[in-house]
Amino acid sequence: MNNEEKGMSLIVKTVTRWLKGFIFLFGAYIVVFGHLSPGGGFPGGVVFAATFILITLAFGREYALKKIGKILASELDSLGALLFLIIATLGIYFTGIFFSNFIEKFHPTGNFKLFSSGTIPLCNISIGIKVGASLFMIFIILSIVRVVFEDGKGKLITTEKKREK
Amino acid sequence: MINLPLFVIIPFGVAFFIPMVSRKIKWVPDVLGNLTTFILLLLSLMTLNQEHVYHIGGWKPPFGIVLVLDGLSCLLLIIINLISFMATLFSIEYIEKRFTSKLRYYSLFLLMVGGMNGTVLSGDLFNLFVFMEIASIASYALVGFGCEASELEASFKYLVMGNVASLFVLYGVALLYGKTGSLNIADVARILKEIPSDNLVNFAFVLLIGGFMVKSALVPFHAWLPDAHPSAPAPISAMLSGVVIKALGVYVICRLIFNLFGFNHLISQTLIYLGVISMIVGVCLALLQSDLKRLLAYHSISQIGYVFVGIGIGTPLGILGGLFHLFNHSLFKSLLFLDSGSIEYQTGTRDLNKMGLLYKKMPITSFSTLFASLSISGIPPFNGFWSKLIIILAAIKSGKSIIALWAVIGSILTLSSFTKVLRYSIYGKGEKWEKEKWEKLKEVPDTMVVPLIILSLLCLFTGLLIIGGTEGIFASTIDVLEGSVLKYINKVLGS
Repeated sequence: MNNEEKGMSLIVKTVTRWLKGFIFLFGAYIVVFGHLSPGGGFPGGVVFAATFILITLAFGREYALKKIGKILASELDSLGALLFLIIATLGIYFTGIFFSNFIEKFHPTGNFKLFSSGTIPLCNISIGIKVGASLFMIFIILSIVRVVFEDGKGKLITTEKKREK
Repeated sequence: MINLPLFVIIPFGVAFFIPMVSRKIKWVPDVLGNLTTFILLLLSLMTLNQEHVYHIGGWKPPFGIVLVLDGLSCLLLIIINLISFMATLFSIEYIEKRFTSKLRYYSLFLLMVGGMNGTVLSGDLFNLFVFMEIASIASYALVGFGCEASELEASFKYLVMGNVASLFVLYGVALLYGKTGSLNIADVARILKEIPSDNLVNFAFVLLIGGFMVKSALVPFHAWLPDAHPSAPAPISAMLSGVVIKALGVYVICRLIFNLFGFNHLISQTLIYLGVISMIVGVCLALLQSDLKRLLAYHSISQIGYVFVGIGIGTPLGILGGLFHLFNHSLFKSLLFLDSGSIEYQTGTRDLNKMGLLYKKMPITSFSTLFASLSISGIPPFNGFWSKLIIILAAIKSGKSIIALWAVIGSILTLSSFTKVLRYSIYGKGEKWEKEKWEKLKEVPDTMVVPLIILSLLCLFTGLLIIGGTEGIFASTIDVLEGSVLKYINKVLGS
């Protein structure tokens, strides 16, 4: 790593580097199997966001923003919502009813399979994208905000400067 | 038959589409925003005199979510989409000069419009709460859109008050769900009719009505409004005052009282007394203000008092007066806020003392301010006169002459307050008026003038809608509120 000074200690960084893929995979699992087991779009999206929040905590904000930019996160956020809306609106196109489940729900090898519930997994995926991007954005924005004090001479200083004094 | 989910799909879709395309292309937010609100206005006009229950996903109530269109929803849909079209038209130049991020502005604006459309269409308590939260959260962000210290403070105050109200509502919905096991308004009403009334239901009722009264800014709950409305950009003030407090406050209270819990003498008394207190306190506080937008915000509290008095009287004539005043108030109050916006756009101040002789430099703005002032003070032949007249007549007919007297006093105080506005800003001079600044003033750009003219003409002519009285154009709306709980249950559940 180039930015040794930023972020937390070497141990945390190493563990994060190993774990981030697995956490992301776990999020994907929760999203995709949301209609069969406990979970769904929202919890899965939270786990997606947790991956990036962990990277932000361990390596610092700049490193995380290099991986996924603010504009990209904002666009993913809109994309998730739009996808959900498109899936719901396609119901009008196919069956004439908003939000109707227009994909075949029957599966040859029986119920409770991955592709046995029509549009629900697609909805879950779009919610996962939306929630993950939104929560990551909220965390980044909270980390940008600084509490400002007046130092008694009419100047404004941040918390870190105050602590140094 | 119109597809009811379109009222929610179109604004939400465009709201999320705008941020994806308009970072590169600058003209997209303006065009898309105005086009969307215009289409929504046309769609809402098409719902006139229609009744429809839409089952989302094909699931029958009480298991599925329903959207219900009836006379009351139709009235609110037209108000919401008419005022939002006027506001977006006004925003093109206004936001360009005074604020930066148009794509965020239009995105939040359309989320607010979609949330309100959903609120007035929803036939399901929890969906109503969710749509209300969407509209509220978008409006918290829009109030603080300028990011000045005072705007952020107002936005935070509004956020805290609004969230407390939302929690009340959520708790009320949860208690009702626990008691009845259903969230569909008609189904809850059906079950509540069958089981004996107990204190839990009464408590849920108080929580729900209390929460929505904060949103509609009646007097004991009004503290957020005089800060939030002046701080917002002018088109947003027009939306907040003209539409949001009605769609999220008055509409839901009407729906819950008349179609869910049932109307009785105690509720009638409560609404009338709170209405009278708002009416008088709001206008008395407005008399003291010298900030133009703050003055208008206090008048909103006062005029909402009139609406509640009309609805609280509960006779068909009273309900007609209340709803007609709700319609008229949305027209003239949004016109007044847009006027204050164009005055602020040119003079750079909201302080009445620093304005003066605007009629020579800004004739159209001055005329529309005059029209709206006469309308809000209840001078014939403007629309405000007719609705106030009906409220007063209804009060006298139902033997409440004292209430009628208070309504007249409130109207006189309103007139005196607006005489002050006209005297300081338009036809006379304030104390700190500066000649050099005044000479440089000119009329606002064309796209800002158009909504002012349209709304002024509407103020002048919508008085005609009253022809026919309770049998006229408002008949289907009054029918919803007058027709008792049973009728609503039958319509939604289709038994």
